[in-house]
Amino acid sequence: MNELVEGIISGNTRAISKAISLVENDGPDKIELLKEIHRYVGESVIIGITGPPGAGKSSLINVLIKEYRKQGKKVGILAIDPTSPFTGGALLGDRLRMQDHSTDENVFIRSLATRGHLGGISLATSDAVKILDAAGFEIILLETVGVGQAEIEIVEASDIVLLVLVPGYGDEIQVLKAGIIEIGDIYVINKADQMDATKLKTTIEYYLELSPDKNANHRKVVLTSSLTGSGVDSLIHEINSTYNFFRKKGILNERRKTRIRKEILRILNSRILESINQTFNGRNFDSSINKILNKKIDPYTIADSIFEEMKKRSQT
Amino acid sequence: MGYLEKFLGNTRKTLLYRGIREMNKKVRILIAKPGLDGHDRGAKYIARALKDAGYEVIYTGIRQTPEAIVKTAIQEDVDFIGLSLLSGAHNELFPRVTELLKKHGAEDIIVFGGGIIPEEDIPFLKSKGIKAIFTPGTPIRDVIDFIESQKEAKNNE
Repeated sequence: MNELVEGIISGNTRAISKAISLVENDGPDKIELLKEIHRYVGESVIIGITGPPGAGKSSLINVLIKEYRKQGKKVGILAIDPTSPFTGGALLGDRLRMQDHSTDENVFIRSLATRGHLGGISLATSDAVKILDAAGFEIILLETVGVGQAEIEIVEASDIVLLVLVPGYGDEIQVLKAGIIEIGDIYVINKADQMDATKLKTTIEYYLELSPDKNANHRKVVLTSSLTGSGVDSLIHEINSTYNFFRKKGILNERRKTRIRKEILRILNSRILESINQTFNGRNFDSSINKILNKKIDPYTIADSIFEEMKKRSQT
Repeated sequence: MGYLEKFLGNTRKTLLYRGIREMNKKVRILIAKPGLDGHDRGAKYIARALKDAGYEVIYTGIRQTPEAIVKTAIQEDVDFIGLSLLSGAHNELFPRVTELLKKHGAEDIIVFGGGIIPEEDIPFLKSKGIKAIFTPGTPIRDVIDFIESQKEAKNNE
């Protein structure tokens, strides 16, 4: 274990990658590892990148890596793609777009499959971020799966969220809706070389003006083209100024606190689930299920009585 | 048998259950195309077929150097590397991959190859640590059987 921790801290690629596998596979030493590295965590800037499939998230990351490398920064990337609900398999193709950096020692790219988790990222994502953070990557780029309207877990996992959109996904009403469209700290209109990109920019800016969020006027809309590289300078500029604004206003700190709060809840949840598993090991509630089927009793009453039983048991 | 498993009983084939079970260690495979030919239909076919067989497949596209392939394999912590090549440079590029793996202390990653590879080159490639060569017309089942048997051998080590 110490060897693995030392490897991570010194930035050894094999150690980092084995450690990510450990948290991904929920291995036996996972918790010990995460406890050990905790004091090295909290130095990185975590940038979440989300948007619909094919919006150009991976290609945009490719150009962002280039810019951050010019500044001499170490960059870690976690790229998430979906797991098949039918076979459990996955085709992870994000890093195909990032091959410009495939031999750069200061760039670490890891593809993660969702493994049944919904919400746009995988369950192991936050733990994998900690490993990259402890390994000294100053910038961590998190790429979600291609999302629809409601996969917003990226907000909790990152310091700052880029929502990557492209023209042609519908009319103004789509921009007025709830969900993903609300979560961008920076709106990136990619493929700006295409028709209607500026129109989309205007629409989002108009919507932001109407937003009740008092910080909304700090949310910027940037036109980029990963193809030509245009707009990437101003995107980096907006990321920096938004990050500084968040830091000054205490928003960054608030976000990190929220993240920790949710993490504690998540750990508690899994502990409680484990204890349910242990308490009822072997029982399948057949008679209760039959009663529910025959409308003799409802599932809430059954669950309540099971819960009471659990509480009693934990007291003894 | 755990509570959850009992509770779900007959619904064990449901996606929910499968999702929970599949949290365990996954076999990860890198499919890469070294060399300069752009014929990626075979590589894409095998990537897709292995995904359908339940593996996590990382596909990096055409024109990869052995250095890039090995670095990717280490970062992705894969169990297998599948190399596809149709240009005729396999005798140079395939052994270069196994050599670099050794150099980085990652020779536990199993390498197999495919593409237009003449029969007479296969013994040489095997002597360089390429565990199997699949030539055109190979049924996908053969590749899956190979992966499963290698996986088993590794687990029994």
